[in-house]
Amino acid sequence: MITIQLNGEARTLDVPPEMPLLWAIRQVAHLHGTKFGCGISVCGACTVHVDGVPTRACVTSVSAVEGKAVTTIEGLADPVAAAVQTAWTALSVAQCGYCQSGQVMAATALLRANAAPSDADIDAAMDGNLCRCGAYPRIRAAIHDAARRLAGGAAPDAEAPAAAPAALGPSGPASGSARSATR
Amino acid sequence: MKRRTFILAGLGATGALMLGVGLLPPRQRLRGRRGLPTEGGQVALNGWVKVAPDGTVTIIVPKAEMGQGVLTAAAMILAEELEVDWTSVRVEDAPVDPIYNNLAVMVDGLPFHPDDTGRIKRTARWLTTKWMREFGFMVTGGSSSMTDLWGPMGDAGAMAREAFRAAAAAQWQVPAETCRVEGGAVRLNERRLGFGQLVGSVLEHLPKTWTRKDVSEYTIIGRPRARLDAASKADGTAVFGLDAAPADARYAAVALPPTLGATVAGYDAAAARALPGVRAVVPLAGGRFGHLPGVAIVADTWWHATRALDALAVQWTPGAGATFSSVSAAADLEARATRGDGFEFLKHGDLVAPFKRAAFSVEAFYGVPYLAHAAMEPVNCTVRVAPDGVDVWVGTQVPGVAVKAVAEVVGVEQEAVRLHQRLVGGAFGRRLIVDFVAMAAEIAKQVPGTAVQLLWSREQDMRHGVFRPMVRAKLIAALDGDGKLLALHSASAGQAMLKGWGRFLGDPMLANIPDKTTVEGLTDQPYAIPALRVIHDAVDLPVPVASWRSVGHSYTAFLLESFLDECAAVKQLDPVQYRLGLLADHPRAKAVLQLVADKAGWGTPLAPPAGGGRVGRGVALHWSYQAYVAQVIEVEVSPANALRVRRVVVAVDCGLVINPDGVRQQVESGVLYGLSAALHGEITFEGGAAVQGNFHDYPAVRFAASPVIETHLVLPGDAPPGGVGEVAVPGVAPAIANALFAAGAGRVRTLPIRLAPPEATT
Repeated sequence: MITIQLNGEARTLDVPPEMPLLWAIRQVAHLHGTKFGCGISVCGACTVHVDGVPTRACVTSVSAVEGKAVTTIEGLADPVAAAVQTAWTALSVAQCGYCQSGQVMAATALLRANAAPSDADIDAAMDGNLCRCGAYPRIRAAIHDAARRLAGGAAPDAEAPAAAPAALGPSGPASGSARSATR
Repeated sequence: MKRRTFILAGLGATGALMLGVGLLPPRQRLRGRRGLPTEGGQVALNGWVKVAPDGTVTIIVPKAEMGQGVLTAAAMILAEELEVDWTSVRVEDAPVDPIYNNLAVMVDGLPFHPDDTGRIKRTARWLTTKWMREFGFMVTGGSSSMTDLWGPMGDAGAMAREAFRAAAAAQWQVPAETCRVEGGAVRLNERRLGFGQLVGSVLEHLPKTWTRKDVSEYTIIGRPRARLDAASKADGTAVFGLDAAPADARYAAVALPPTLGATVAGYDAAAARALPGVRAVVPLAGGRFGHLPGVAIVADTWWHATRALDALAVQWTPGAGATFSSVSAAADLEARATRGDGFEFLKHGDLVAPFKRAAFSVEAFYGVPYLAHAAMEPVNCTVRVAPDGVDVWVGTQVPGVAVKAVAEVVGVEQEAVRLHQRLVGGAFGRRLIVDFVAMAAEIAKQVPGTAVQLLWSREQDMRHGVFRPMVRAKLIAALDGDGKLLALHSASAGQAMLKGWGRFLGDPMLANIPDKTTVEGLTDQPYAIPALRVIHDAVDLPVPVASWRSVGHSYTAFLLESFLDECAAVKQLDPVQYRLGLLADHPRAKAVLQLVADKAGWGTPLAPPAGGGRVGRGVALHWSYQAYVAQVIEVEVSPANALRVRRVVVAVDCGLVINPDGVRQQVESGVLYGLSAALHGEITFEGGAAVQGNFHDYPAVRFAASPVIETHLVLPGDAPPGGVGEVAVPGVAPAIANALFAAGAGRVRTLPIRLAPPEATT
């Protein structure tokens, strides 16, 4: 029996101490937001916060987090996380979405530590989180957007995600020329 | 431009089969065999839309959402015609029914040139459509969803709109044409009846005819729309196949053949069963859906099951593929391409005289490796076999085939199988194959009454997948004294993907016809090449192969677009102008190429890299899945010969655009997927086993290496919607290779791109 603070609640789990936290979260506590991607800490899909620090649950044993505060995507509840999730939705960041719990956890930790991250800061904080659909340009834009929201700045309209509307050409080929993302 | 028609020799057999069903009466796609399930007073107007008394509109989407945004875009097609308030729209997965069979994917797959408008092609398309309607299956793939759904979902929306109009008009006792429909309601002067208020009578007013809106009337289509699944994927509530197991499920890990074709010789079931948490140890025979033999352990958690695999100590009997080496196989493919063996898919023009009188001839060998799909969600499937039926929770691109596989493996009628489609954490073609579904069924059958979730480890997902074939190709061109292209000859060798499909579907027809996907991208391009011959030698090798995002285009664009650059370079001609010279009669292709050159600043000087080194710009143009895509890519090469792709400019003409933001997103996606393959992707086999197993040795592009991507949409006048999911992938590798050549870093002819270390200065 091991007791962890899972999303603010003391949970006593009947699992072997060496069981990876990921499987205790997914298949014992039945919280499914945290994903399995690689099992060897190279993709970031299983990112959770342990005492606020982004941690790979697939290689972290349950015993290593005994008595510590574990937060999964289901337990995110603060203005930073809300700003991240709002930006993520407004900019339609996710494609398949499978890696996005981990991306949101990493981005939230970044913005808590650094309210106005530069592109280089974002590169450093997010480089461990793999996305095979190619959401990186929008993740970058969404982190900047969330930072602006937290600073009280203007944010884009949810119905006009990421880029300006395409110009519907009156005749012949026309182009909607908004850049999808910039650095 | 001279219109070219080419037909497979094998079409004879297929054509005869299709003629037989061509006599069947044409069928509509609006109403399924069974009515849609409804709840809470909903009414189903047809097989595509339900409306509830509170006005909520539920739109049925028969495609797997695997990232491409299909739920949103498909709903937009129907919502546009229905005249509905977008905020009242929900989406729901379709049941398995012939009306949802994908007609477009097979029609688009017919071996005709896209410019062909001839009678033979029209007849073949008509027959194929009828055949797929009756005997085809539901498929999400081939970038076909918008093309496939444009007809029935638009019609379904228009039909429902007219039904509501007529229902309101009857209530008001006025002629229907005096009533307006907008924002989910029917209006007449100050009077208004919401769709929800009309659910009681609307079914009495289903129309026999309806008309579709004109493009100029669109208020939803063509305007950027946030994804319907965006919020649930930001807060972790989205349910993927891996998340769909019931709370009382058990979890299965499997021991799979360590080498190609190996079978189980023996194992220690008792030792594994004695371990904590283990509930059952079951043998796997494997079978015709491509499901492998092996041994499964069913346990309380997947970790318990995985941990017990070692104790099984499975002994294997090696099979025919036990010594397979991709290095040796590549040498054989190269020899075949050199000899020019294989099936002639296309031959037009004089291929002899130009080579005799050519001022220049160009010859180049190209090579591409096996590739794994490496989607973020490893393959998994949950099955429960119970007396009242079989439940299957899975994300699949082919739900009907999955049902067939489960029914056959379990030994029940297909009607007893309930398939619960779930979100797919990336597929890229992998989930067109149901091997893992059949395997999950084989396990669950042996522990009846228990829901069992089968999950493969990342290593199993990567090593036991179905791969993009390894290919070797030799291209030869004859040029005149000005460097102009007179004739081009392409001979390639590699496995046929269709044959792989046939193997997994147990369909000998697919296995025996020449597979046009092996040469798509060479035979169907817009270039006016005076003489062109394309042959491919479809080789049998023990590696399972199938579709990988953009299929044959994933390598043919690298061959052709690299080679055109090599031809242009003979007389130092500008690569963009060289291509434009071959596109005189092709306005759509020309427009995307000119637009991308313009937006990329083609011909203007490039800023040198900050840390020194070289810089270059390369172009590629490619047609695939009814879309023209042109890309200009900027690369930097450091003094240490490290490559960085810094900017990708893309112009796309995919016909009518449903969701412009969705198209942009798929362009970004395709570019990054293509970039990962071009820079890193390679599966090699040694001793009958795939060497690479996880993201450390099969890397993908990460955040910091992700370039700026600029997407520009060309919007043609009246072209119907084409594909976008795969279309940005093919041009990435050749555009980088061409940029490297422009940067003076040499000509890359083998993928993935590996620059040699800088030459030692002495």
